[in-house]
Amino acid sequence: MSRETLNARRLLCPLPVIRTQDRVKRMVAGEQLEVICTDPGVMQDIPAWCRINGHAILETKAEDGEYIIVLEVGE
Amino acid sequence: MSEQRKAAALISGGLDSMLAAKVIIEQGVHVEGINFFTGFCVEGHTHAIRERDRAKPKRNNSLWVAEQLGIKLHIVDVIEEYKDVLINPKHGYGSNMNPCLDCKIFMVNKAKQWIQENGFDFIITGEVIGQRPMSQRKQTMPIIARESGADDLLLRPLCARNLPETLPEREGWVDRAKLFGFSGRSRKPQMELAQQFGFVDYAQPAGGCCFLTDESYSAKLVDLWQNRGTKDYELDDVMLLKVGRHIRPKSNFKVIVAREEGESRFLEGYKKEFTSLISSSHSGPLALIDGEPTDEDLALAGRIIARYGQGRDAEQVDILVRSQKGLEQTIQVAPFAPEQIAEEWFV
Ligand code: SF4
Repeated sequence: MSRETLNARRLLCPLPVIRTQDRVKRMVAGEQLEVICTDPGVMQDIPAWCRINGHAILETKAEDGEYIIVLEVGE
Repeated sequence: MSEQRKAAALISGGLDSMLAAKVIIEQGVHVEGINFFTGFCVEGHTHAIRERDRAKPKRNNSLWVAEQLGIKLHIVDVIEEYKDVLINPKHGYGSNMNPCLDCKIFMVNKAKQWIQENGFDFIITGEVIGQRPMSQRKQTMPIIARESGADDLLLRPLCARNLPETLPEREGWVDRAKLFGFSGRSRKPQMELAQQFGFVDYAQPAGGCCFLTDESYSAKLVDLWQNRGTKDYELDDVMLLKVGRHIRPKSNFKVIVAREEGESRFLEGYKKEFTSLISSSHSGPLALIDGEPTDEDLALAGRIIARYGQGRDAEQVDILVRSQKGLEQTIQVAPFAPEQIAEEWFV
């Protein structure tokens, strides 16, 4: 399964959500996107954005001051 | 069955736009939300910076509203285009640096472009006549509709009954009888409608939807423009105006001093763009210098930041000065006493 990575470090919410949204727009259903952020707000905002727009959250983790979210693009 | 019509709702995260969208959803229209990010929105940001706010991350209200309503939300980055609105507002500013009327016209205009590109039929907003002194007056409603180019594609479900019929009403896409005629500053009708819809826990922003309605934020923005000699800004400026104490002892530079851990960490991220200062002999906050300081100015800045660190009572404090390029030098300064930092230096 193809997985892309998005560097959203140093961006403050809602910018990581906007960048995620804009990247997902160019992807197709079933593809995965790993978003790497430093704003802890993304742990709420990106999952909320995914729920609204029909994408699945596969993983969220916090390590070394970074917040990583893996999502799968929905239909 | 007739074709299902589609409306784009401007979602700010507050109650009014939430109610307006709900009223139209209830009429069987397909609604999706649009939220414009100007850089000044109250959503997000500061809670990610300050330590005490980091512990309890706030939700993003526009996402929350969309989820409550069960609609999609499109967040649009308008940071660049918004500059012209804020720098040259045709209709002027409100009580602070908020160009509300131009801002509304701009957003409705963007929404108009969006509905054209996405095959939607009309636009809805949560505006209420008389609710806000600058942008939501009876006279301004037609100005927004006209100057945005949206004309009668713009429907305000909460006060539509006080306004001329719009296209969605004339065409029967929505039933005017089921729209509202709210007016005035009272929040009561909105609260009642919220209760009817079972909305609880919604956001009630006090000032407005953005930092530009905030007096101290606006003062910092004006100071920035005056001292740079040009009315311009970058997103970094917008962010930095929200962080730390801003102290301008001379017109050629100001010092941004972190107030706590979280802010120090945030300012760390700007060390490549600004000269930074931190005490190396005592613990203390990180500070950035915005402007073109001379060596003498750096010593002055050092005395200011020494005042905010553990060495405030020491005779001498070592300050590590780091240039944007990473060149380091240490200077010795005598910390200022509180009264030596003039009140008018605080922006
Ligand atoms: S408060 Fe800010 S975002 Fe809201 S209309 Fe006024 S300028 Fe625009």
